[in-house]
Amino acid sequence: MAGEHKQDAVEARREHEHAHAVERKAEPGEVSPLWAGPGEGLIVPGYRRDHERVDPPGDFPDYRGTILRHPKRPLVPIPDMLTEVTGPLLGEDRVGEADHDLTVVGSGGEPQGQKMVLHGRVLDGNGRPIRNTLVEIWQANAAGRYWHAWDNHPAPLDPHFEGVGRCMTDDEGRYRFITIRPGSYPWGNHFNAWRPAHIHFSLFGRAFTQRLVTQMYFPGDPMFDHDPIFNSVREPADRARMIAAFDWEATTPEWALGYRFDIVLRGRESTPFEEQGS
Amino acid sequence: MSGTTPEGGLPPTPSQTVGPYFSFGLEWDDGPFAVPEGTADAIRIEGRLLDGFGQPVKDALIETWQADPDGRFAHPDDPRGAVEWDGFRGFARAPVDDDGRWSIFTLKPGPVPGPRCSIQAPHLAVSVLARGILVRLATRIYFGDEEEANAADPVLASLRGGEAERRTLIAASVEGGYRLDIHLQGPDETVFFAV
Repeated sequence: MAGEHKQDAVEARREHEHAHAVERKAEPGEVSPLWAGPGEGLIVPGYRRDHERVDPPGDFPDYRGTILRHPKRPLVPIPDMLTEVTGPLLGEDRVGEADHDLTVVGSGGEPQGQKMVLHGRVLDGNGRPIRNTLVEIWQANAAGRYWHAWDNHPAPLDPHFEGVGRCMTDDEGRYRFITIRPGSYPWGNHFNAWRPAHIHFSLFGRAFTQRLVTQMYFPGDPMFDHDPIFNSVREPADRARMIAAFDWEATTPEWALGYRFDIVLRGRESTPFEEQGS
Repeated sequence: MSGTTPEGGLPPTPSQTVGPYFSFGLEWDDGPFAVPEGTADAIRIEGRLLDGFGQPVKDALIETWQADPDGRFAHPDDPRGAVEWDGFRGFARAPVDDDGRWSIFTLKPGPVPGPRCSIQAPHLAVSVLARGILVRLATRIYFGDEEEANAADPVLASLRGGEAERRTLIAASVEGGYRLDIHLQGPDETVFFAV
């Protein structure tokens, strides 16, 4: 019972935060013509807005970079229309044959660090695989240094590791990369600030509404409690879904550790047709 | 409980910032080109990205998605059917320079059907990604030389801030294309949408 009460409280707080995070500009009882029901004309099924309960707020001053870069006026809700329910279906031409293997760069040579097989599935919120969609990743090297002109962290660059990968999901929504485990790196947000080790992910899904850029973390990272970017996601259960799982089955003897990271993009709203049970 | 949402589906993976060091991972040589360079009738859409002090944002990515010149999408979820426009990707991804300037090359989109038999004026859907932006910001770009269509556009008409808000979304005609600055904050703060 206590657990249920706690859950209710969490839900109530989420609802409260949600209401304040995305306030509509309408007066009470007033509805924009955009939201006045399906009416006649072209009807396109939209996407669920459960991401609004999950995503960080735009204004999160613990992460100083947000201070001058978040809109101060409330986001204006618009329904999903044709432009929003479609999106770029980028194909194989974006992906080279070895782009999924970040440990092979140019003329070869082994990168420094712990090699890992990183795999998972891309699903929508209805649990359906998102097939044939582009997955882009980028990351620091084992010493925590990025292949980027602005990264002046005094850790060595690795000539055998750039840290960029791309692949397409298969028919089951699966992706697979071979890479090394990135290091933590310092940043200037606050005194003695270090990011937890992470790999950046960029996903398109099938619709403008599904576009997602996120970061994947590693289990048990001691930096979690000190990182405002990780903690900008307010609920522990939501943060947990950004953490990969060690995967014994994907671990390869004498070669690489396995990690699994499944990604969920927003699901479709159920249509009246589906609700009728067909 | 953490495995489902109140609606019964899987909860989405949360969004995080692209951070400062994405350019080597996300920039494509052909990124800004929704149509190949040299395409007849192509337009350039350009502008600056500015922060709350009016200073240029130097580490951002602007992405655009749009209909073709007939207002159609090469996508199966367009109920009118997917239509391919030869050589047209519909999507562009452009970095900003040290002055916050971005530009893309594309075809001007046609009008697109909207809710309740309305017609949406020609527009692009835009995502802004940058360090300090935890969830991509979504906005739109409309065209200043489409006054009649803009006046009938249901999204522009729904803005409660009136003309002051509408003009943050409407690009001005310039030689070879259009120009619109995106303001993350300030008196000219761009209208951003919850999509």
